[in-house]
Amino acid sequence: MDQELRESILKLIEKNSRLDLKELAVLLDSTEVDIANEIAEMEKEHIICGYHTLINWDHTSREQLTAMIEVKVTPQRGEGFDKIAERIYNFPEVKALYLMSGAYDFMVMLEGKTMKEISMFTSSKLAPLEAVLSTATHFVLKKYKDHGTVLEAKKADKRQAVTP
Amino acid sequence: MKDMLSKKAVMLEPSGIRKFFDIVSEMPEAISLGVGEPDFDTPWRIREEGIYSLEKGRTFYTSNAGLVELRDEICRYLKRKYHMRYRNDEVIVSVGGSEGIDVALRAILNPGDEVIVPQPSFVCYVPCVIMSDGIPVTVELKEEDKFKLTRKQLEEVVTDKTKAIIMSFPNNPTGAIMTKRDLEPIADFAKEHDLLVISDEIYSELTYGHRHVSIGALPDMKERTIVINGFSKAFAMTGWRLGYAAAPKVIMEQMVKIHQYGIMAAPTTSQYAAVEALRACDDEVEEMKNSYNQRRRYLLHRFRELGLDCFEPEGAFYAFPCIKEFGMSSEKFAEELLKEQKVAIVPGTAFGACGEGYLRVSYAYSIDELKEALNRLGTFIEKLRR
Repeated sequence: MDQELRESILKLIEKNSRLDLKELAVLLDSTEVDIANEIAEMEKEHIICGYHTLINWDHTSREQLTAMIEVKVTPQRGEGFDKIAERIYNFPEVKALYLMSGAYDFMVMLEGKTMKEISMFTSSKLAPLEAVLSTATHFVLKKYKDHGTVLEAKKADKRQAVTP
Repeated sequence: MKDMLSKKAVMLEPSGIRKFFDIVSEMPEAISLGVGEPDFDTPWRIREEGIYSLEKGRTFYTSNAGLVELRDEICRYLKRKYHMRYRNDEVIVSVGGSEGIDVALRAILNPGDEVIVPQPSFVCYVPCVIMSDGIPVTVELKEEDKFKLTRKQLEEVVTDKTKAIIMSFPNNPTGAIMTKRDLEPIADFAKEHDLLVISDEIYSELTYGHRHVSIGALPDMKERTIVINGFSKAFAMTGWRLGYAAAPKVIMEQMVKIHQYGIMAAPTTSQYAAVEALRACDDEVEEMKNSYNQRRRYLLHRFRELGLDCFEPEGAFYAFPCIKEFGMSSEKFAEELLKEQKVAIVPGTAFGACGEGYLRVSYAYSIDELKEALNRLGTFIEKLRR
């Protein structure tokens, strides 16, 4: 295992997972075999958890709404937060779930078609859970930046075409 | 009106870049590998500091030599990075590295003094020497020497009138660097012949493999070296127009005087932003450098695939492939390439006559942009070879 190579691979494919093995080998001054091995290992170790695409759904015709829900819970004896987390993250509507420090315990990121759908989910699925003490729902109005990427259209090269 | 113009000015050749630029600008759809500046935006924390300084109303002149705070940071930076010791009165903040070069030459030259200018190199050295009443004596760097300057080359051109050498490593346009071992004989030569060295180190942050060494850091060289550097390349700050020079006090006093009458002081906003650059942006600089290095490898790999002969550049963000096999001049090659494939690449001759047979390919572009441009270059070359 080559820790430095691993980190370099991750940094590159985190930004662009479509780089192929050959390109990665050139960029990182390594070999295709070494890169392939490291990637396979990292998939096995669940360091690489998938190869997704960053989509700005706002630019499509699809109706979609994202909400962030703060959830306060009472941890269960012997099981802590993990058991409750599992109850929550198994719903396919839940896109992300984080355990938080501070004023509340979980941050649930939820996607739905309408505000009503999200409110229904919160009131019928989330709030009634025994461990849940309270929820507070925040709707996302506009996404500016996601996964380190600004979502607006790529800026054109502002440089002059030829400079010394 | 007779003799409206300065003969010296009229005699200056327009820059070869300018000429090529005029051709390219008639073809707005062309893609370019012709840019000599970073493609990255200035790191946000630097820009934010500039905005803050404006909000604070820091809109007045600074002292002529530049903000003391910034000069102190520059001294710390030179020590931390290149083991050079300067006091803040041995440093001047200039309007880009270019002004530093101009002021340095004007501070040291008397009419008839000769200045050795290794080429290919940045476009302003020869004209600036001429404008300072000096006589430029060019030396042709060779691909077989990896475009490094050698003692032998200096011996061939040195005369009693030689006053200084002006050189730049990491080099634009070749990407060549000079290691400590390469610099030592040059330093010895300068000492033996009592020459000054103007060392333009604007690309000092961008070396791949070897750490940059300044000739001014070699034993007994500080007293005869003027180091030119700046924020444009390392911090992606070309438009801020901010550079600096470091030189022994006797020379610096003259430089500050000339700068004072010509410029007054470098832009205040840029100076405040630059303080932040030197204090807090090492990580960003490192990230950009890694990125350039990846692109460098990609470019060289593609050149190899195309069978295009290219010496391995170890600094800056340029490669200098040889196109002699096609039997056409660099200018012709560049113009044909632009016409047929709509790719703008600067002919090597823009950086001195000895750049004939070469192209300067900038890799301050994203991998995707490089990929597209190289595909087109490949098509062009294949057609020539057929």
